[in-house]
Amino acid sequence: MRIIKDKNAIIRMFHVHKRYGAKQALIDISLDVKKNEFLFVNGPSGAGKSTLLRLLYLGTPVSEGQILVDGINLSRIPQSKIPYLRRKIGIIFQDYKLIHTKTVYENVALVLEAMGKKKVIIDKKVKNVLLTVGMKSRQDALPPTLSGGEQQRVAVARAIVGDPKIILADEPTGSLDSESSRAIMDLLEKYYIRGATIIIATHDKSIIKQTDAKVVELSEGRLLSNTKI
Amino acid sequence: MSHYYKRAVKDILENRFQNLVTIITIAFSVLIVSAFTLFFYNAGNIINSWKQGIRIMVYLSDGVTKPQQLDTKYRFAEIPGIQKSRFISKQEALELLKQQLQRQSSLLGNLKENPLPDAFEITLKPSSQNYERLEFIAKRLENLPFVDEVEYGQRWMQGVSAIVNLISITGYAFGSLFLLASVFIVANTIRLVLFSRQEEIRIMKLVGATNRFIKIPFYIEAIIQGIMGSLLGLTFLYVVYLFIGTYFKGGITAKTVNICFLPYDVILVIIISGMGVGMIGGAIALKEFLKS
Repeated sequence: MRIIKDKNAIIRMFHVHKRYGAKQALIDISLDVKKNEFLFVNGPSGAGKSTLLRLLYLGTPVSEGQILVDGINLSRIPQSKIPYLRRKIGIIFQDYKLIHTKTVYENVALVLEAMGKKKVIIDKKVKNVLLTVGMKSRQDALPPTLSGGEQQRVAVARAIVGDPKIILADEPTGSLDSESSRAIMDLLEKYYIRGATIIIATHDKSIIKQTDAKVVELSEGRLLSNTKI
Repeated sequence: MSHYYKRAVKDILENRFQNLVTIITIAFSVLIVSAFTLFFYNAGNIINSWKQGIRIMVYLSDGVTKPQQLDTKYRFAEIPGIQKSRFISKQEALELLKQQLQRQSSLLGNLKENPLPDAFEITLKPSSQNYERLEFIAKRLENLPFVDEVEYGQRWMQGVSAIVNLISITGYAFGSLFLLASVFIVANTIRLVLFSRQEEIRIMKLVGATNRFIKIPFYIEAIIQGIMGSLLGLTFLYVVYLFIGTYFKGGITAKTVNICFLPYDVILVIIISGMGVGMIGGAIALKEFLKS
C-alpha cells in the first residue's frame, strides 16, 4: 500500500518493521509526527528507540513498511540524494560522535562546508551557534579535552547550525549530570520554539516530566501508546 | 576549494611516512620510465642524423675508362631512389686518405702505385633512406657493369636500431610494471588513510556530506603524491644526466649529435602520467571504500 502525504505531518511511518537478521527490532510501527512537534520516544534499553531514529535518517534501511520524511519516501530515495535528506535533519548522538582530530569550530563548520556554503557565511553562523550553546570560548579546543556536557553542547551546535527542519536526539542526556542535561534540554526547546520538529529518544522519565511534550512508548519493538508521563 | 586543499595537505602531513613511501615508489617508477625515454629519445636522434647521412660507395673495377665511367653514371639515373652521384677518382681518394691519416700519411709515401679504385659516392633521396630501399639499391648497383664492389657503412645501423628498439621495449615494459605497482601502492596508502579515518568519514556522511565532498581531498592527495613523485624521479634523472655530462668533460656530445635532456613536452607528459597514476590509485581505493 502506498503511503499518503499529509501536509501537517513532517514524518509519517506506515506499518514499519525492522529486522536485524532473525531479531525483530521494530514491529508494525505507524506514527505521524507533526511539523513543529516536540516528541519523546520513551522505553527501556533495547526497546527499539535508537533503531526508530536511525530509520529516519537512513542510518539503516527499513525492512518492511514505508516512511515519509518531509515528503520524501525513504524506500525510494536514490543513494545520491541521501546527503540532501540528512541536511534536513540534525542528529544528536548519545556518544556525541565528534571528530576528535578537528577543533570544536571545525566540527560545527563541517556541516556547512558539506553544504557548500561560503567561508564568510560559515564563519558567521558557526560563531553565532557556538555563542548560543555557550561554547564560543572553547572553539579552538579539541573534543577529547572537553567534558561530556561540553561535548554534547558542541553536538547540539553541529545539529542546529545547518537550520534543519528536524532534530533527532538519541539519549542526548544519557551520560550527563542533571545540570548539563537541563542545559541541553533548554537548547533543544529554544530550537523548537524557532519552529523545528524535535524527536528525542530517551529512557530517562525525569526529563520528560519537565515538559508538556507528546510521548510515545516503545516496548520490545512495539509502539504501546501516545502518553503523557 | 581551499577547504579541500587544506584537508589534503593536512592528511599528507598527518600520514608522512605512508605518503613518503608512496612518493618514493612513484619517483622510482618515473625514474625508470624517463631514463628509458631519455635513452630512446637520444638514440632516436642519433640514428636519424645517421640516416640523413646515408651514402653508398660504388667502387669501379680496375682499368675502367672515362666513357665507361660516364656510362655507369648514366645508369644510376635508371635506379629509382638515387638523388645524386659524385665521382671520386683514385687520386682524389688517396688525397682524402692522406688527410685523414694526418701524421701517419708518410706511410703512404712508400707506395709504388695508388691501390685505391675509382669510385662514385651515391646520395639517396630522403624517401629511400630506409634499410629495405638501401638493400635494394645496393643490389641493383652491384649488378651494373664495371662495378667491382658496393659498400654502405650504415649496414650495421639496422642492428643498432633493432637493439635500441629492444632496449626501449624492455624499458617501457619494466616502467609500465612499476607504474602499475605504483597505482596499487597509492591505492593502498589512500586505503590505509581511509581506514584510519573510517569514523570521521561516517560522521561526515551523517551530517550530510556527499561522496564527492569526501572524495575530493583524497584525489588531491593522490595527485600531489603523483606530481611530487614525478618531480623527484625527474630531478634524480637530471642529476644523473649532469653527472654524466661532467664525466665526459665539456658537455655530452657524440660527434654530430648533441645528447640532451628530455624536452619540456615530454617532461610534462611524464608529470601528467604521475598524476594519472595517483588519481587511478586514489579512485580504486575510494571506490572500494565508499562501496563498503
